[in-house]
Order: sequence, then C-alpha cells, then structure tokens
Amino acid sequence: MAGKTLYDKIWDSHLVHTDESGESLLYIDLHLIHEVTTPQAFAGLKAAGRGVRRRDLTLAVADHNTPTENQAAGLAGVTDPDARNQLETLTRNVAEYDIEYFPMGDIRNGIVHVVGPEQGRTQPGMTIVCGDSHTSTHGAFGALAHGIGTSEVEHVLATQTLRARKSKNMAIQVSGSLKEGVTAKDLALHIISVIGTAGGTGYVMEYRGDAIRNLSMEGRMTLCNLAIEGGARAGLVAPDETTFEYIKGRPAAPKGGAWDVAKSFWTTLYSDDDAVFDEIVHIKGEEVEPTLTWGTSPEQAIPLSGIIPKPEDFSDPVKAAACERALAYMGLEGGTPIKGTPVQRVFIGSCTNSRIEDLRAAAEVAKGNTVAEGVRAMVVPGSGLVRAQAESEGLDEIFLEAGFEWREPGCSMCLGMNPDTLAPGERCASTSNRNFEGRQGRDGRTHLMSPTLAARAAIQGVIG
Amino acid sequence: MKAFTQLTGTAAPLLEKGKPMSNVDTDMIIPKQFLKTTERTGLSKGLFHELKTLSDGSSRPDFVLNRPEYATASILIAGENFGCGSSREHAPWALLDQGITCVIAPSFADIFHNNCYKNGILPVRLPVDVCQKLADQAGGSNHVFTVNLEAQIVTGPDGEIYAFEVDAGRKSNLMAGLDEIGSSLTAAGEIDTFEAQRRVSMPWLEKAS
Repeated sequence: MAGKTLYDKIWDSHLVHTDESGESLLYIDLHLIHEVTTPQAFAGLKAAGRGVRRRDLTLAVADHNTPTENQAAGLAGVTDPDARNQLETLTRNVAEYDIEYFPMGDIRNGIVHVVGPEQGRTQPGMTIVCGDSHTSTHGAFGALAHGIGTSEVEHVLATQTLRARKSKNMAIQVSGSLKEGVTAKDLALHIISVIGTAGGTGYVMEYRGDAIRNLSMEGRMTLCNLAIEGGARAGLVAPDETTFEYIKGRPAAPKGGAWDVAKSFWTTLYSDDDAVFDEIVHIKGEEVEPTLTWGTSPEQAIPLSGIIPKPEDFSDPVKAAACERALAYMGLEGGTPIKGTPVQRVFIGSCTNSRIEDLRAAAEVAKGNTVAEGVRAMVVPGSGLVRAQAESEGLDEIFLEAGFEWREPGCSMCLGMNPDTLAPGERCASTSNRNFEGRQGRDGRTHLMSPTLAARAAIQGVIG
Repeated sequence: MKAFTQLTGTAAPLLEKGKPMSNVDTDMIIPKQFLKTTERTGLSKGLFHELKTLSDGSSRPDFVLNRPEYATASILIAGENFGCGSSREHAPWALLDQGITCVIAPSFADIFHNNCYKNGILPVRLPVDVCQKLADQAGGSNHVFTVNLEAQIVTGPDGEIYAFEVDAGRKSNLMAGLDEIGSSLTAAGEIDTFEAQRRVSMPWLEKAS
C-alpha cells in the first residue's frame, strides 16, 4: 500500500463519519470567526434553537470593518453605521455564547490569520476553518486550513464538524534556493502565474523542497495564504524545527510535558516517501524573479524586469480577452515595461504581508528615504502585537520619518470595507492578495507585490 | 433551504467580447460595500454592482441583467472558474435574491461551488463549447431553458439536450432541500466518541484555548 501524504494523514485523523455518497464529517480543531461572515450564522443558530458545541475551540476577532486609526474610541468611534452594526452584532453574539473575543483595541486584536498563529492557537496537524478564504494561511504550520461559507460557519458552530469531500493531492516542488532579494511573495505570485488561478481547483497543495524548508514561518504563511489564489482548497507545509521554534512559548502553545508529547506527534506530520500525489508541479527556486501583477487577476503576474503582455501574446482566446479587459481597466499599454509605472498609493499590510518580518523588510527600504511627492503610503500592521513589536524596534519612527502613515491593525485596504480605499483611477502598489476589479475601491488599480517592492514604489513614486 | 428539482426559465449570458466571461470573482458578483449586512436577503441590489452601474451610480443600460428581456432570468451562463476569490456567501445570496437558482459554466471555484449547494442553487458544469452555444441561444423572453436535476440534463431553447454530472449526495440533498445541520446532528453520538478519543490522544488540544 502506498504511503500517505500529509493531507491524507490530517484528513484521516479527523474523520468522524462518512456516508454512502462519500461525504464526510470532519472534526474541526479550531474555528476562527469575524464580524462579516458570522451574523447570519448566529441568527440561524438562534432560529433553530441550537447552541455552540465547542465555544473553547472558537476564537473571535474584529478585523474586516475596523478603522485603522483612533481605535481607542471603541465602537462608538466607528463612523459607518453598517460597519458598527456588524461589529456590535459580533460583540453581542460572542457574549451570548461565551466565546473568547479579541475586540478592536485589544492588543491581541488584528487580522484573524495573523492572530491565530501569533497566539499559538494554530498548531500542526490541526483542522482549522474560518469564514474567510485566506484561512489557507494556517497551512504554513502543517494544519489543514481553509475558508468556508456562512452556512458552513453555522454548521461548525452547531456540530464542531464540517461536511466535506476529500480533495486531490498536489505537490508544488520548489528545488534549490531563492535568489538574494527574492521573497515568499515573489514565489507565490510566480507559482500562480505558472498554474493559473484555477490550477489548484479540487486540490490541496503541499509546498515541498529545499527552497520551502529555508523559508521563515512568515514566508510560509505568505505562501500558503496565496494558495487560494491558485484555486487550491488549502496549502500545506510540513512542520519542522522552524515551525516548532515559532510556536514554542506562545500563549496557547503546549507547555511542559505536553510540549514534548505534542512535538513528538508533530514530527510524524510529513508526506511519506512513497506517498502518491495526483499532480506535481516543479519550480526551480533560482529561476524565480521579484514578481508582481500587471492585471486584474493574481495569475496576471510578470517579473519586475518584464514586459506587460498584449492580447495577441496569448494563444488561448479566453486569456486574450481577459488581457484586453485587464489592460483597459488598469490603464496600461501592452508591450511596455512594468518598471517605471507611476503609483499614487502604497499599501503595506493584509493577512498576506503584515507580519513583523514584512514590516522589517519595508522599513529597510524606507530608512533614510522619503515617500515620493504625490504618493500616499500606508503601513497597517497585522495585529496590535505586531504593531507593538515594530514600535519596540523603532520601525514606526523609520516609517513616519520617511512620510509613511503608521496605522492601527486590521484588514484595511486589502478589501476596503473600512474607510481605507482607493479613489477611482488611483494606482496602488499593494502587498495584499487580490487585484480584482474594484477590490480596493471602485475603478482602483492594484498591483500585488512584496513589501520590499511596495516600499520601493513609495520612495520612487514608480514601480521599480 | 428551498429544494431544487426542475427549473424552466430564461437565461442571462454574462459575456466578454461575445464569450462567456471567465474568472468572474465574488468581489465582482457582490462588492464589499454590500457585505455589511446582517441579513441574507435584499442583496440583489449589490449583485454585479460595478458591472450594472456607471461611476455616477446610474444604471448601465447595456448590462445583461438591466435589459428588460433578461430581468426575470433564473439561469446565469458564464465562463471558466466562476466564483473565484473571497468565500463570501453573500455571492449566492445575491444571485438567489435576483431569482437566479442555476449557474451554468465550464468550471467553478471550490468555495463558491460549495456555497451554492447550501442555498438551493444548482451549479451546472458543461464544456466550454456547450456554454458558448447556450449563451448564443440565451435571447431572453421566449428563449426557454429547462434544467432537470433528477435526470441531470439541460434542454436548450432549440430542444437540444445536454447531460451534466453531479455528485449523488449533493443531488439528493438539493432535491430534498435538506437541513444539513439537523442531518449532521444525527451523528452526534459519533462526534461524542471522536471527542472522547481526541481528549486522550491529543490532550494538548483541549488546553489550546
């Protein structure tokens, strides 16, 4: 019998029940919730007279709607009445069901996918779900983690299980090492440009190989965060010493003897040598360049040194039509270099790139420089704790002296549900995860890139 | 959830240069400003908001769902990878609020596909050329399509029949309009047993909170 992949192992160890149609009930170890995708789930629970089965395995944060300034004013300071209502609804629901909650303003508050790992709640071998597609982030720890819809949120609250069908196994094998200055974000965008945004549909993707082993936990989180942009249900990296070092000592990490027991279990979490993957994609680490998007889909990515494509460069008529539409939306001309494209906005933040390592990389570029005239640049730390850590290292002063705005934590301009949005026609160098039409504001133009490239765009006023 | 068995109605094709539009993401289906609701209903006003309105907020008359012949369409025809991006269930809720209970496309993104089944919407996968053919025939008003879930066939206005695949479990749940939580709770005993074993084999997970 063939060995098991990491995904097979986690799946098998969480199976509660499988019916004759092949649908399974999968036990959920951690359920993260936030204000936007839960109100209807709690309303459904109440209407059916059901309770929350495991409030202790549920953690709530407010992140999507929260303003990134003056959070000390509390919910009364949230000016958008709909956003305030949603935040108040979450506050009421978690109180009613006695669920642990890091509200806006709590130093532990922040973007749900930054908070889980930071608190040590995210651990190898777990199943983790959240009503947010970027839940794939937690796969960096060797946990099976993915986004779910609101009906599924209600299902997990009531049963602590998810109805699921097993996905196929894909290996993304990244050999060698990344070149100096090439980051996990560049690698992630490169992978999506190779496989396409639907390339991973129906699969769980395991990132493997030397280049992955050499990534920090922050880098692995960035990579797994973007697994969903390649269409995969989840991304995975097998845990190793880097993982254990990151978890050790965090508030919810196992302590004392429990640490040793947990760690010895975690070391069994890898794909067996004879495990069979349904699909294997090979990437050479050395061939990955600093990469960014030119269009309105994460797969429309090219190296920084590259040329923006023209519709006729694509043999596939669907891709050619998508190129034409994207060029028109982005206000770009095919056949010209991406380098030198002027930007008006810069956003450093989001569940993709708002951790301490990301802020350090951006600060290194910002240090001693000044944001170009006509550019508005924002830095939004992923959590209150990331913000505090950055301040203890003096990063806030570097950013402020260079002319960046130093904001309070939240999802912010990644999706623009709070007041941080692009005006029509504005072009933004963004460390976030989606460059869809209108994502950061109606008719706003988003280029996805690493914190280093985004900070450079802020200083130069152009991509480069 | 309302059961889905058979649907007879008109179809609206979502086109880009005459081809079913590919990679329609959930931000496009319903943009962020409509996600601040605490209800499941009333979301059709946000459906395809940036496609159906001009920058000044006025209606874009040439957008398919703004054209009178497609106003009552119950089927949407689109291109590959429909529903990619955000997990927002507001996307199927908005389609449902518009009266659309079936989406026909060559492929769907995973989370959106799941969300459809939770809301009584049938996502039908048909090959690219068939989607193109159906889109070409979707003239609104008297161009009627039939989607029969029991038989797993779509009948176009010209009478031609196309078979589609659907997971057996999902099919029966959709046809019954099943309360999934209620049905899952019939396995409560097995969940109890699993939790008891978990407490013993992975005790640190009990203390993770």
